[in-house]
Amino acid sequence: MTDENNPHLLPGAPAAQNAQPKRGFDRWWILVAIVAALLIYLVTFKPDPFRRMLLFVADGVRVTLMVTVTSFVLVMVLGLVAGLGRLSKNPVISTIASVYVEVVRGIPLLVQIFAWYFAFPSIIQSIGARFHIPAFENYLANPVGMAILGITFCYGAYMSEIYRAGIQSIARGQMEAARSLGMTHFQAMRYIIIPQAVRVILPPVGNEFVSMLKDSSLVSAVAVADLTRRGREFISQNFIPIEGWSLVALVYLMMTLFATRIVTWVERKTRIVR
Amino acid sequence: MEPIIQIRNIKKFFGSTEALRGVSLDVQKGEVVVIIGPSGSGKSTFLRCINRLEEYDEGSIIVDGIPLDSTQHINQVRTEVGMVFQQFNLFPHLTVLQNITLAQKVVRGRDQAESERVAMELLVKVGIPEKADAFPGQLSGGQQQRVAIARALAMNPKIMLFDEPTSALDPEMIQEVLDVMMTLAKEGMTMVVVSHEMGFARAAANRAILMDNGLIVEEASPDVLFSNPKEERTKSFLSKVL
Repeated sequence: MTDENNPHLLPGAPAAQNAQPKRGFDRWWILVAIVAALLIYLVTFKPDPFRRMLLFVADGVRVTLMVTVTSFVLVMVLGLVAGLGRLSKNPVISTIASVYVEVVRGIPLLVQIFAWYFAFPSIIQSIGARFHIPAFENYLANPVGMAILGITFCYGAYMSEIYRAGIQSIARGQMEAARSLGMTHFQAMRYIIIPQAVRVILPPVGNEFVSMLKDSSLVSAVAVADLTRRGREFISQNFIPIEGWSLVALVYLMMTLFATRIVTWVERKTRIVR
Repeated sequence: MEPIIQIRNIKKFFGSTEALRGVSLDVQKGEVVVIIGPSGSGKSTFLRCINRLEEYDEGSIIVDGIPLDSTQHINQVRTEVGMVFQQFNLFPHLTVLQNITLAQKVVRGRDQAESERVAMELLVKVGIPEKADAFPGQLSGGQQQRVAIARALAMNPKIMLFDEPTSALDPEMIQEVLDVMMTLAKEGMTMVVVSHEMGFARAAANRAILMDNGLIVEEASPDVLFSNPKEERTKSFLSKVL
Protein backbone atom coordinates (compact mmCIF):
# COMPACT_ATOMS: atom_id res chain seq x y z
CA MET A 1 0.00 0.00 0.00
CA THR A 2 2.94 2.25 0.40
CA ASP A 3 3.28 1.91 -3.34
CA GLU A 4 0.02 3.67 -4.08
CA ASN A 5 1.57 7.07 -3.85
CA ASN A 6 4.70 6.25 -5.77
CA PRO A 7 4.31 7.67 -9.26
CA HIS A 8 7.18 5.57 -10.58
CA LEU A 9 5.39 2.32 -9.97
CA LEU A 10 2.61 1.17 -12.21
CA PRO A 11 -0.33 -0.07 -10.20
CA GLY A 12 -0.11 -3.79 -9.80
CA ALA A 13 3.57 -3.86 -10.62
CA PRO A 14 5.55 -5.40 -7.77
CA ALA A 15 7.48 -2.93 -5.66
CA ALA A 16 11.07 -3.61 -6.55
CA GLN A 17 12.67 -3.36 -3.11
CA ASN A 18 10.08 -5.01 -0.92
CA ALA A 19 8.58 -7.57 -3.25
CA GLN A 20 10.71 -10.53 -2.23
CA PRO A 21 10.68 -11.51 1.41
CA LYS A 22 14.26 -12.05 2.58
CA ARG A 23 15.05 -15.72 2.53
CA GLY A 24 17.71 -17.92 3.95
CA PHE A 25 19.80 -17.90 7.07
CA ASP A 26 19.58 -15.04 9.56
CA ARG A 27 23.28 -14.34 10.13
CA TRP A 28 22.78 -12.76 13.54
CA TRP A 29 22.34 -16.28 14.90
CA ILE A 30 26.13 -16.50 14.68
CA LEU A 31 26.43 -13.87 17.40
CA VAL A 32 23.99 -15.86 19.54
CA ALA A 33 26.16 -18.93 18.99
CA ILE A 34 29.35 -17.06 19.93
CA VAL A 35 27.88 -15.83 23.22
CA ALA A 36 26.50 -19.31 23.92
CA ALA A 37 29.90 -20.85 23.16
CA LEU A 38 31.60 -18.37 25.49
CA LEU A 39 29.18 -19.27 28.29
CA ILE A 40 29.69 -23.00 27.72
CA TYR A 41 33.46 -22.52 27.65
CA LEU A 42 33.46 -20.63 30.97
CA VAL A 43 31.16 -23.13 32.67
CA THR A 44 33.12 -26.14 31.38
CA PHE A 45 36.70 -24.97 31.79
CA LYS A 46 36.39 -22.47 34.65
CA PRO A 47 33.79 -24.20 36.84
CA ASP A 48 34.98 -22.15 39.79
CA PRO A 49 33.41 -19.62 39.98
CA PHE A 50 31.34 -19.73 36.78
CA ARG A 51 29.61 -23.09 37.06
CA ARG A 52 29.01 -22.58 40.75
CA MET A 53 27.60 -19.12 40.16
CA LEU A 54 25.41 -20.12 37.24
CA LEU A 55 23.78 -22.84 39.36
CA PHE A 56 23.33 -20.27 42.13
CA VAL A 57 21.59 -17.70 39.88
CA ALA A 58 19.53 -20.22 37.84
CA ASP A 59 16.38 -19.58 39.87
CA GLY A 60 17.00 -15.83 39.37
CA VAL A 61 16.97 -16.39 35.60
CA ARG A 62 13.63 -18.11 35.95
CA VAL A 63 12.25 -15.19 37.97
CA THR A 64 13.57 -12.67 35.43
CA LEU A 65 11.91 -14.57 32.57
CA MET A 66 8.68 -15.04 34.51
CA VAL A 67 8.44 -11.34 35.40
CA THR A 68 9.30 -10.27 31.84
CA VAL A 69 6.97 -12.62 30.00
CA THR A 70 4.03 -12.06 32.37
CA SER A 71 4.45 -8.29 32.18
CA PHE A 72 4.80 -8.48 28.40
CA VAL A 73 1.50 -10.31 27.96
CA LEU A 74 -0.24 -7.77 30.20
CA VAL A 75 1.49 -4.88 28.42
CA MET A 76 0.23 -6.09 25.04
CA VAL A 77 -3.34 -6.00 26.35
CA LEU A 78 -3.05 -2.73 28.30
CA GLY A 79 -1.21 -1.07 25.41
CA LEU A 80 -3.95 -2.03 22.96
CA VAL A 81 -6.68 -0.73 25.26
CA ALA A 82 -4.82 2.55 25.92
CA GLY A 83 -3.83 2.93 22.25
CA LEU A 84 -7.43 2.49 21.10
CA GLY A 85 -8.42 4.86 23.90
CA ARG A 86 -6.17 7.59 22.56
CA LEU A 87 -7.67 7.13 19.10
CA SER A 88 -11.22 7.18 20.45
CA LYS A 89 -13.57 9.90 19.23
CA ASN A 90 -15.05 10.05 22.72
CA PRO A 91 -13.22 12.99 24.37
CA VAL A 92 -13.51 11.52 27.90
CA ILE A 93 -11.89 8.23 26.89
CA SER A 94 -9.15 9.82 24.78
CA THR A 95 -8.33 12.32 27.56
CA ILE A 96 -8.04 9.60 30.19
CA ALA A 97 -5.79 7.56 27.89
CA SER A 98 -3.65 10.59 27.00
CA VAL A 99 -3.19 11.64 30.62
CA TYR A 100 -2.17 8.09 31.52
CA VAL A 101 0.42 7.99 28.75
CA GLU A 102 1.85 11.45 29.39
CA VAL A 103 2.09 11.02 33.17
CA VAL A 104 3.54 7.54 33.17
CA ARG A 105 6.09 8.36 30.47
CA GLY A 106 7.42 11.21 32.58
CA ILE A 107 8.27 9.17 35.69
CA PRO A 108 11.30 6.86 35.92
CA LEU A 109 10.43 3.17 36.02
CA LEU A 110 12.43 2.64 39.24
CA VAL A 111 10.40 5.33 40.99
CA GLN A 112 7.19 3.73 39.73
CA ILE A 113 8.25 0.32 41.03
CA PHE A 114 9.06 1.86 44.44
CA ALA A 115 5.66 3.55 44.44
CA TRP A 116 3.84 0.28 43.71
CA TYR A 117 5.82 -1.67 46.30
CA PHE A 118 6.11 0.84 49.15
CA ALA A 119 3.41 3.49 48.67
CA PHE A 120 0.52 1.51 47.17
CA PRO A 121 0.24 -1.02 50.06
CA SER A 122 0.32 1.85 52.60
CA ILE A 123 -2.54 3.52 50.80
CA ILE A 124 -4.55 0.29 50.83
CA GLN A 125 -3.79 -0.21 54.53
CA SER A 126 -4.84 3.31 55.51
CA ILE A 127 -8.05 2.96 53.52
CA GLY A 128 -8.61 -0.30 55.38
CA ALA A 129 -7.97 1.39 58.72
CA ARG A 130 -10.24 4.32 57.88
CA PHE A 131 -13.20 2.21 56.79
CA HIS A 132 -12.50 -0.88 58.93
CA ILE A 133 -12.02 -3.36 56.12
CA PRO A 134 -9.88 -6.12 57.63
CA ALA A 135 -8.72 -7.49 54.28
CA PHE A 136 -7.33 -4.06 53.39
CA GLU A 137 -5.91 -3.37 56.84
CA ASN A 138 -3.77 -6.51 56.72
CA TYR A 139 -2.80 -6.08 53.06
CA LEU A 140 0.81 -6.99 52.35
CA ALA A 141 2.40 -6.35 48.99
CA ASN A 142 3.72 -9.32 47.06
CA PRO A 143 7.09 -8.16 45.67
CA VAL A 144 6.78 -10.11 42.40
CA GLY A 145 3.20 -8.99 41.91
CA MET A 146 4.06 -5.33 42.50
CA ALA A 147 7.08 -5.60 40.24
CA ILE A 148 4.91 -6.96 37.42
CA LEU A 149 2.31 -4.26 38.04
CA GLY A 150 4.97 -1.53 37.96
CA ILE A 151 6.53 -2.73 34.71
CA THR A 152 3.13 -3.33 33.08
CA PHE A 153 1.79 0.08 33.99
CA CYS A 154 4.91 1.84 32.73
CA TYR A 155 5.47 -0.13 29.53
CA GLY A 156 1.74 -0.14 28.75
CA ALA A 157 2.08 3.60 28.11
CA TYR A 158 4.92 3.13 25.65
CA MET A 159 3.14 0.22 24.00
CA SER A 160 -0.04 2.25 23.54
CA GLU A 161 1.93 4.74 21.45
CA ILE A 162 3.31 1.92 19.32
CA TYR A 163 -0.18 0.49 18.81
CA ARG A 164 -1.50 3.95 17.95
CA ALA A 165 1.19 4.55 15.34
CA GLY A 166 0.60 1.07 13.89
CA ILE A 167 -3.15 1.55 13.61
CA GLN A 168 -2.71 4.99 12.07
CA SER A 169 -0.27 3.59 9.52
CA ILE A 170 -2.95 1.41 7.92
CA ALA A 171 -4.34 3.13 4.83
CA ARG A 172 -7.76 4.72 5.29
CA GLY A 173 -9.11 2.72 2.36
CA GLN A 174 -8.91 -0.45 4.45
CA MET A 175 -11.40 0.89 6.99
CA GLU A 176 -13.59 2.27 4.19
CA ALA A 177 -13.62 -1.05 2.34
CA ALA A 178 -14.55 -2.91 5.53
CA ARG A 179 -17.28 -0.43 6.41
CA SER A 180 -18.63 -0.45 2.85
CA LEU A 181 -19.18 -4.20 3.26
CA GLY A 182 -21.40 -3.50 6.26
CA MET A 183 -18.88 -4.31 8.99
CA THR A 184 -19.20 -2.32 12.19
CA HIS A 185 -16.29 -0.17 13.35
CA PHE A 186 -15.43 -2.86 15.91
CA GLN A 187 -15.48 -5.65 13.31
CA ALA A 188 -13.31 -3.63 10.94
CA MET A 189 -10.77 -3.04 13.73
CA ARG A 190 -10.89 -6.66 14.84
CA TYR A 191 -10.56 -8.34 11.44
CA ILE A 192 -8.88 -5.78 9.18
CA ILE A 193 -7.02 -2.97 10.94
CA ILE A 194 -5.50 -4.58 14.04
CA PRO A 195 -4.21 -7.74 12.30
CA GLN A 196 -2.34 -5.53 9.84
CA ALA A 197 -1.21 -3.05 12.50
CA VAL A 198 0.23 -5.86 14.64
CA ARG A 199 2.45 -6.93 11.74
CA VAL A 200 3.61 -3.35 11.24
CA ILE A 201 4.54 -2.89 14.89
CA LEU A 202 6.35 -6.20 15.37
CA PRO A 203 9.87 -4.66 15.23
CA PRO A 204 9.21 -1.95 17.84
CA VAL A 205 7.28 -4.46 19.97
CA GLY A 206 10.32 -6.72 19.86
CA ASN A 207 12.45 -3.78 21.01
CA GLU A 208 10.08 -3.22 23.89
CA PHE A 209 10.35 -6.86 24.90
CA VAL A 210 14.14 -6.65 24.96
CA SER A 211 13.97 -3.38 26.93
CA MET A 212 11.61 -5.01 29.41
CA LEU A 213 13.94 -7.95 29.84
CA LYS A 214 16.74 -5.55 30.75
CA ASP A 215 14.63 -3.19 32.84
CA SER A 216 13.28 -6.14 34.81
CA SER A 217 16.63 -5.92 36.65
CA LEU A 218 15.18 -2.88 38.43
CA VAL A 219 12.83 -5.16 40.36
CA SER A 220 15.86 -6.42 42.28
CA ALA A 221 15.51 -3.15 44.24
CA VAL A 222 12.22 -4.34 45.78
CA ALA A 223 13.40 -7.71 47.06
CA VAL A 224 12.54 -9.76 43.98
CA ALA A 225 15.14 -12.52 43.65
CA ASP A 226 15.77 -12.03 39.94
CA LEU A 227 19.01 -12.61 38.04
CA THR A 228 20.51 -9.29 39.09
CA ARG A 229 19.71 -9.74 42.78
CA ARG A 230 20.88 -13.35 42.89
CA GLY A 231 24.03 -12.35 41.05
CA ARG A 232 24.73 -9.57 43.53
CA GLU A 233 24.24 -11.97 46.44
CA PHE A 234 26.72 -14.45 45.00
CA ILE A 235 29.24 -11.76 44.16
CA SER A 236 29.19 -10.21 47.62
CA GLN A 237 29.55 -13.63 49.27
CA ASN A 238 32.50 -14.59 47.08
CA PHE A 239 34.18 -11.23 46.40
CA ILE A 240 34.41 -11.73 42.62
CA PRO A 241 33.04 -8.52 41.07
CA ILE A 242 34.82 -8.89 37.71
CA GLU A 243 33.89 -12.51 36.97
CA GLY A 244 30.50 -12.20 38.64
CA TRP A 245 29.18 -9.14 36.84
CA SER A 246 30.65 -10.41 33.56
CA LEU A 247 28.63 -13.59 33.93
CA VAL A 248 25.45 -11.69 34.80
CA ALA A 249 26.00 -9.49 31.77
CA LEU A 250 26.59 -12.50 29.52
CA VAL A 251 23.43 -14.22 30.69
CA TYR A 252 21.36 -11.08 30.01
CA LEU A 253 23.05 -10.69 26.62
CA MET A 254 22.31 -14.31 25.76
CA MET A 255 18.63 -13.82 26.57
CA THR A 256 18.23 -10.51 24.74
CA LEU A 257 20.06 -11.69 21.61
CA PHE A 258 17.92 -14.81 21.54
CA ALA A 259 14.73 -12.78 22.00
CA THR A 260 15.70 -10.46 19.14
CA ARG A 261 16.23 -13.41 16.82
CA ILE A 262 12.85 -14.87 17.73
CA VAL A 263 11.19 -11.54 16.93
CA THR A 264 12.92 -11.42 13.54
CA TRP A 265 11.81 -14.97 12.83
CA VAL A 266 8.18 -14.19 13.70
CA GLU A 267 8.39 -11.05 11.57
CA ARG A 268 9.44 -13.10 8.54
CA LYS A 269 6.78 -15.71 9.14
CA THR A 270 3.96 -13.18 9.29
CA ARG A 271 5.12 -10.79 6.58
CA ILE A 272 2.36 -9.73 4.21
CA VAL A 273 2.94 -10.74 0.60
CA ARG A 274 3.07 -7.61 -1.53
CA MET B 1 -42.18 2.83 -9.35
CA GLU B 2 -40.31 4.38 -6.45
CA PRO B 3 -36.65 5.06 -7.26
CA ILE B 4 -34.24 2.75 -5.39
CA ILE B 5 -31.95 5.71 -4.68
CA GLN B 6 -33.47 9.11 -3.85
CA ILE B 7 -31.02 11.92 -3.27
CA ARG B 8 -32.35 15.35 -2.36
CA ASN B 9 -30.32 18.54 -2.36
CA ILE B 10 -27.07 17.19 -0.87
CA LYS B 11 -24.61 19.81 0.35
CA LYS B 12 -21.15 19.13 1.66
CA PHE B 13 -18.49 21.49 2.96
CA PHE B 14 -14.78 20.86 3.36
CA GLY B 15 -13.99 23.70 5.73
CA SER B 16 -15.21 26.77 3.91
CA THR B 17 -15.16 25.28 0.40
CA GLU B 18 -18.44 23.84 -0.79
CA ALA B 19 -17.71 20.46 -2.37
CA LEU B 20 -21.34 19.65 -3.13
CA ARG B 21 -23.71 22.55 -3.66
CA GLY B 22 -27.10 20.92 -3.68
CA VAL B 23 -27.17 17.74 -5.77
CA SER B 24 -30.34 15.75 -6.34
CA LEU B 25 -30.63 12.48 -8.22
CA ASP B 26 -33.07 9.60 -8.54
CA VAL B 27 -31.92 6.21 -9.71
CA GLN B 28 -34.41 3.56 -10.75
CA LYS B 29 -33.95 -0.11 -9.98
CA GLY B 30 -31.83 -1.73 -12.69
CA GLU B 31 -30.57 1.57 -14.02
CA VAL B 32 -26.90 2.21 -14.84
CA VAL B 33 -25.82 5.81 -14.27
CA VAL B 34 -22.38 7.05 -15.25
CA ILE B 35 -21.00 10.24 -13.71
CA ILE B 36 -18.21 12.15 -15.43
CA GLY B 37 -16.55 15.43 -14.65
CA PRO B 38 -13.19 17.11 -14.03
CA SER B 39 -11.21 16.24 -10.91
CA GLY B 40 -12.41 18.28 -7.98
CA SER B 41 -15.91 18.44 -9.39
CA GLY B 42 -17.27 16.51 -6.40
CA LYS B 43 -18.25 13.38 -8.32
CA SER B 44 -16.40 10.94 -6.05
CA THR B 45 -17.53 12.78 -2.93
CA PHE B 46 -21.10 12.55 -4.21
CA LEU B 47 -20.81 8.82 -4.88
CA ARG B 48 -19.35 8.21 -1.42
CA CYS B 49 -22.32 9.99 0.17
CA ILE B 50 -24.63 7.27 -1.15
CA ASN B 51 -23.29 4.74 1.39
CA ARG B 52 -22.34 7.48 3.82
CA LEU B 53 -18.59 6.86 3.64
CA GLU B 54 -18.67 10.62 3.29
CA GLU B 55 -20.76 12.63 5.72
CA TYR B 56 -22.92 15.32 4.13
CA ASP B 57 -24.02 18.51 5.79
CA GLU B 58 -27.44 19.07 4.26
CA GLY B 59 -30.01 17.16 2.28
CA SER B 60 -31.33 13.62 2.48
CA ILE B 61 -30.65 10.26 0.90
CA ILE B 62 -33.01 7.30 0.90
CA VAL B 63 -31.68 3.98 -0.37
CA ASP B 64 -34.14 1.14 -0.98
CA GLY B 65 -36.61 2.83 1.34
CA ILE B 66 -34.08 3.26 4.18
CA PRO B 67 -33.10 6.84 5.09
CA LEU B 68 -29.38 7.35 5.88
CA ASP B 69 -30.02 8.87 9.28
CA SER B 70 -28.79 6.54 12.04
CA THR B 71 -25.80 4.25 12.51
CA GLN B 72 -28.12 1.28 12.37
CA HIS B 73 -29.70 2.43 9.10
CA ILE B 74 -26.30 3.28 7.62
CA ASN B 75 -24.98 -0.22 8.35
CA GLN B 76 -28.20 -1.68 6.96
CA VAL B 77 -27.78 0.32 3.73
CA ARG B 78 -24.11 -0.61 3.46
CA THR B 79 -24.94 -4.32 3.42
CA GLU B 80 -27.21 -3.65 0.44
CA VAL B 81 -24.81 -1.36 -1.42
CA GLY B 82 -21.53 -2.75 -2.75
CA MET B 83 -18.65 -0.43 -3.43
CA VAL B 84 -15.60 -0.75 -5.67
CA PHE B 85 -12.71 1.65 -5.10
CA GLN B 86 -10.10 3.18 -7.38
CA GLN B 87 -7.31 1.66 -5.27
CA PHE B 88 -9.06 -1.74 -4.92
CA ASN B 89 -8.58 -1.72 -1.12
CA LEU B 90 -8.33 -5.48 -0.86
CA PHE B 91 -7.27 -6.75 2.54
CA PRO B 92 -3.58 -7.57 1.97
CA HIS B 93 -3.21 -9.92 4.95
CA LEU B 94 -6.00 -12.21 3.73
CA THR B 95 -6.12 -14.55 0.75
CA VAL B 96 -8.46 -13.81 -2.15
CA LEU B 97 -10.92 -16.36 -0.81
CA GLN B 98 -10.76 -14.90 2.72
CA ASN B 99 -11.25 -11.41 1.30
CA ILE B 100 -14.53 -12.56 -0.21
CA THR B 101 -15.77 -14.76 2.65
CA LEU B 102 -14.99 -12.52 5.67
CA ALA B 103 -17.90 -10.07 5.43
CA GLN B 104 -20.29 -12.86 4.42
CA LYS B 105 -19.46 -14.59 7.69
CA VAL B 106 -19.30 -11.65 10.11
CA VAL B 107 -22.01 -9.44 8.55
CA ARG B 108 -24.37 -11.89 6.83
CA GLY B 109 -23.79 -14.70 9.31
CA ARG B 110 -23.19 -17.35 6.67
CA ASP B 111 -21.18 -20.42 7.60
CA GLN B 112 -17.76 -21.24 6.18
CA ALA B 113 -18.97 -23.72 3.56
CA GLU B 114 -21.76 -21.49 2.27
CA SER B 115 -19.57 -18.38 2.07
CA GLU B 116 -16.81 -20.32 0.29
CA ARG B 117 -19.32 -21.66 -2.20
CA VAL B 118 -20.55 -18.13 -2.93
CA ALA B 119 -16.97 -16.87 -3.18
CA MET B 120 -15.90 -19.56 -5.65
CA GLU B 121 -19.00 -18.95 -7.77
CA LEU B 122 -18.13 -15.26 -7.98
CA LEU B 123 -14.46 -15.94 -8.69
CA VAL B 124 -15.59 -18.04 -11.65
CA LYS B 125 -17.84 -15.19 -12.72
CA VAL B 126 -14.96 -12.65 -12.65
CA GLY B 127 -12.71 -15.18 -14.35
CA ILE B 128 -10.02 -15.98 -11.77
CA PRO B 129 -11.07 -19.04 -9.72
CA GLU B 130 -7.46 -20.26 -9.81
CA LYS B 131 -6.37 -17.31 -7.66
CA ALA B 132 -8.52 -18.25 -4.66
CA ASP B 133 -5.54 -18.98 -2.42
CA ALA B 134 -3.30 -16.17 -3.66
CA PHE B 135 -2.69 -13.02 -1.67
CA PRO B 136 -3.74 -9.67 -3.19
CA GLY B 137 -0.09 -8.65 -3.52
CA GLN B 138 0.49 -11.53 -5.92
CA LEU B 139 -2.20 -10.36 -8.37
CA SER B 140 -2.12 -7.82 -11.17
CA GLY B 141 -4.14 -4.65 -10.77
CA GLY B 142 -6.87 -5.91 -13.04
CA GLN B 143 -7.14 -9.16 -11.12
CA GLN B 144 -7.23 -7.27 -7.81
CA GLN B 145 -10.06 -5.09 -9.03
CA ARG B 146 -12.01 -8.13 -10.20
CA VAL B 147 -11.57 -9.70 -6.75
CA ALA B 148 -12.78 -6.43 -5.23
CA ILE B 149 -15.91 -6.63 -7.39
CA ALA B 150 -16.45 -10.25 -6.34
CA ARG B 151 -15.98 -9.26 -2.69
CA ALA B 152 -18.71 -6.62 -2.99
CA LEU B 153 -21.05 -8.96 -4.93
CA ALA B 154 -20.72 -11.66 -2.28
CA MET B 155 -22.95 -9.59 -0.03
CA ASN B 156 -25.74 -9.84 -2.66
CA PRO B 157 -26.03 -6.07 -2.96
CA LYS B 158 -29.00 -4.45 -4.66
CA ILE B 159 -26.83 -1.55 -5.80
CA MET B 160 -23.18 -1.32 -6.84
CA LEU B 161 -21.15 1.88 -6.64
CA PHE B 162 -17.94 2.18 -8.67
CA ASP B 163 -15.49 4.96 -7.81
CA GLU B 164 -13.17 5.31 -10.82
CA PRO B 165 -12.67 1.54 -10.94
CA THR B 166 -10.23 1.60 -13.87
CA SER B 167 -8.25 4.78 -13.17
CA ALA B 168 -5.44 3.01 -11.32
CA LEU B 169 -5.05 0.26 -13.90
CA ASP B 170 -2.56 -0.36 -16.69
CA PRO B 171 -4.25 0.24 -20.05
CA GLU B 172 -4.23 -3.43 -21.01
CA MET B 173 -6.03 -4.39 -17.80
CA ILE B 174 -8.90 -1.93 -18.11
CA GLN B 175 -10.94 -4.09 -20.47
CA GLU B 176 -11.04 -7.16 -18.21
CA VAL B 177 -12.59 -5.03 -15.46
CA LEU B 178 -15.01 -3.30 -17.82
CA ASP B 179 -16.10 -6.72 -19.14
CA VAL B 180 -17.13 -7.78 -15.64
CA MET B 181 -18.99 -4.50 -15.18
CA MET B 182 -20.73 -5.00 -18.53
CA THR B 183 -21.93 -8.43 -17.44
CA LEU B 184 -23.33 -6.96 -14.24
CA ALA B 185 -25.12 -4.21 -16.11
CA LYS B 186 -26.69 -6.73 -18.49
CA GLU B 187 -27.90 -8.80 -15.54
CA GLY B 188 -29.89 -5.81 -14.37
CA MET B 189 -27.72 -4.63 -11.46
CA THR B 190 -28.40 -1.07 -10.38
CA MET B 191 -25.08 0.72 -10.83
CA VAL B 192 -23.73 4.21 -10.21
CA VAL B 193 -20.34 4.55 -11.84
CA VAL B 194 -17.86 7.41 -11.63
CA SER B 195 -15.69 6.82 -14.67
CA HIS B 196 -14.41 8.39 -17.86
CA GLU B 197 -14.70 5.16 -19.83
CA MET B 198 -16.90 6.50 -22.63
CA GLY B 199 -17.07 3.12 -24.33
CA PHE B 200 -18.54 1.53 -21.24
CA ALA B 201 -20.92 4.44 -20.73
CA ARG B 202 -22.23 4.23 -24.28
CA ALA B 203 -22.62 0.46 -24.19
CA ALA B 204 -24.04 0.00 -20.70
CA ALA B 205 -25.38 3.22 -19.23
CA ASN B 206 -28.98 4.42 -19.32
CA ARG B 207 -27.93 7.89 -18.25
CA ALA B 208 -24.78 9.96 -18.18
CA ILE B 209 -24.25 12.91 -15.88
CA LEU B 210 -21.68 15.68 -16.03
CA MET B 211 -20.74 17.16 -12.68
CA ASP B 212 -18.70 20.31 -12.24
CA ASN B 213 -17.98 22.50 -9.27
CA GLY B 214 -20.25 20.56 -6.93
CA LEU B 215 -23.31 20.62 -9.19
CA ILE B 216 -24.92 18.46 -11.85
CA VAL B 217 -24.39 20.43 -15.08
CA GLU B 218 -26.09 18.16 -17.57
CA GLU B 219 -27.93 14.88 -17.56
CA ALA B 220 -28.85 12.87 -20.66
CA SER B 221 -28.53 9.51 -22.35
CA PRO B 222 -24.84 8.77 -22.97
CA ASP B 223 -25.18 9.11 -26.74
CA VAL B 224 -26.76 12.53 -26.41
CA LEU B 225 -24.40 13.75 -23.69
CA PHE B 226 -21.24 12.67 -25.49
CA SER B 227 -22.26 13.57 -29.05
CA ASN B 228 -24.75 16.38 -28.65
CA PRO B 229 -24.27 18.15 -25.36
CA LYS B 230 -26.36 21.24 -24.69
CA GLU B 231 -24.19 22.95 -22.11
CA GLU B 232 -21.01 24.83 -22.98
CA ARG B 233 -19.32 23.36 -19.89
CA THR B 234 -20.03 19.83 -21.10
CA LYS B 235 -18.67 20.62 -24.57
CA SER B 236 -15.45 22.09 -23.22
CA PHE B 237 -14.93 19.16 -20.83
CA LEU B 238 -15.57 16.55 -23.50
CA SER B 239 -13.28 18.31 -25.97
CA LYS B 240 -10.45 17.81 -23.46
CA VAL B 241 -11.05 14.17 -22.57
CA LEU B 242 -12.17 12.66 -25.89
